[in-house]
Amino acid sequence: MPDTPSITREDVAHLARLARIDLPPESLDHYAEQLGVILGSVAQVAEVAAEDVPATSHPMPLVNVFREDVVRPCLTNEEALSGAPSVESERFRVPRILDEE
Amino acid sequence: MTGSTDLTRLTAAETASAVAAGEVSAAEVAAAHLDRIAAVDDRVHAFLHVDAEGALAAAKAVDAARSSGEQLSPLAGVPLALKDVLTQKGIPTTCGSRILEGWRPPYDATVTARLKDAGVVILGKTNMDEFAMGSSTEHSAYGATHNPWDLDRIPGGSGGGSAAAIAAFEAPLAIGTDTGGSIRQPAAVTGTVGVKPTYGAVSRFGLVALASSLDQAGPCARTVLDAALLHSVIAGHDPLDSTSLDQPVPDVVGAARRADVKGLRIGVVKELGGEGYQAGVRQRFDEAVALLADLGAEVVEVSAPHFPYALAAYYLILPSECSSNLAKFDGIRFGLRVGEDDGDPSVEQVMARTRAAGFGPEATRRIMLGTYALSAGYYDAYYGSAQKVRTLIQRDFAAAFEQADVLISPTAPTTAFKLGEKLDDPLAMYLNDVATIPANLAGIPGMSLPIGLAPEDGLPVGLQIMAPAMADDRLYNAGAALEGALLDRWGHPILEEAPAL
Repeated sequence: MPDTPSITREDVAHLARLARIDLPPESLDHYAEQLGVILGSVAQVAEVAAEDVPATSHPMPLVNVFREDVVRPCLTNEEALSGAPSVESERFRVPRILDEE
Repeated sequence: MTGSTDLTRLTAAETASAVAAGEVSAAEVAAAHLDRIAAVDDRVHAFLHVDAEGALAAAKAVDAARSSGEQLSPLAGVPLALKDVLTQKGIPTTCGSRILEGWRPPYDATVTARLKDAGVVILGKTNMDEFAMGSSTEHSAYGATHNPWDLDRIPGGSGGGSAAAIAAFEAPLAIGTDTGGSIRQPAAVTGTVGVKPTYGAVSRFGLVALASSLDQAGPCARTVLDAALLHSVIAGHDPLDSTSLDQPVPDVVGAARRADVKGLRIGVVKELGGEGYQAGVRQRFDEAVALLADLGAEVVEVSAPHFPYALAAYYLILPSECSSNLAKFDGIRFGLRVGEDDGDPSVEQVMARTRAAGFGPEATRRIMLGTYALSAGYYDAYYGSAQKVRTLIQRDFAAAFEQADVLISPTAPTTAFKLGEKLDDPLAMYLNDVATIPANLAGIPGMSLPIGLAPEDGLPVGLQIMAPAMADDRLYNAGAALEGALLDRWGHPILEEAPAL
């Protein structure tokens, strides 16, 4: 368990990059302070999470869930594109996908 | 129905039987509720969208079915408010977020489809904290909902719009969703009834996911029986949701009608009460426990030693799942896109600009928390440990349910607080869900029902009942028994004490 983490504005900037959120620089200190407080509090889970305790990811242990393989109605092309901010030739239109470098 | 009856004051059960008997038309019922919304919702702000045309059309279809001699379903013609996190075909669905402003989903959630099939009249979509993250609705991008008991106070969250709509008599029924208490805590602070069913009992298809292993939709109502009627409409196996339980729905309506706690073993959870709980909350809770004992229940104290760690585990598991689920809001397939015309940006830059503009502060905090908790080097210490705590919480429940048939606690530590009071203090806001979160981590069902007003502020207090998985009927039996005894004591439903709007 790491010590109670202190989160710097650089850490927040890094997290925001990973999360693809273009945060304004002036908000970084405030988020750093709040995330630090929250992480300091939730770190207490390590106090009782002993080696021999199995992890639970899901409340109901369902395995091998299948349904009948039958054809059912699905969205039309038009419906699937209906909420997109930009559409071209019956497809989602995206900005350029390659970086300059 | 006489002309002087206020149709908005009826219970759902009364409304359905009046419609079925032809004493009133579903169209009149819908119109009365639309009028009420027009009269009070500028102050309450429970709704983000009102679909007057669709509601009247649905009501007329019920009336036509009745005229042609069709057998009506038990809630046919009853109006309902739908939380804006469930899709309804062609109707704006925002999840309280700017990032989905204007999105009209091309499909119905399974819950929505079942409501329509049952002849329930959907009035509109209710306000909520953004993507269901919050306990006050103040994190809605479209402004907070106001508690009908005191318009300066929070209606709870995230489903504050659904709870407030019911408490303000804008609808007799609503759908909420509960990830850590978002049905039960708003019910508690508005003097209404709310139920989080067993995880998997109600389909999540079309429920925009916050934390997939915790989210569950459920009924909101003014009475326990009304909640049971709605529960039985929306619950049941759905092949479109692989986490949906393929098991029969417990007889919740029968249980609500039975309302008998004689010999029922009721466990008071030691760790969910005492220090940190408002005096008036504790007082009303202790009175309710005494009342249950008077009704013949066998009250025992149970201990759940790991519950004090539930909040911490939840605020690792939820942000982790949320950071993954909300990655789909990328400005490509639906919703907002910004910053495309500023220079010649790449898709990643547009995505980052869109998400910065589209997500509010709480969503941003939790996405970053989850990103942190899941990153290499921290995963075992944070997310891994939280998953272990989840096992310990489940074991605590299993041990407690050996000693008791149902467990009870206050639903929330305090009554409704003032709008703005905790808005920029995330930890203080998170503590509102301290008593409701354990049930989500374990997947078990929970109900909140009103047990009186706190003497110090005159605001509603809620009691939480919890039962083992797929024993949702026990909530309704115990809840209806307590509700009936309180009604005898008060002489009227608690909402009659709320100030007129």
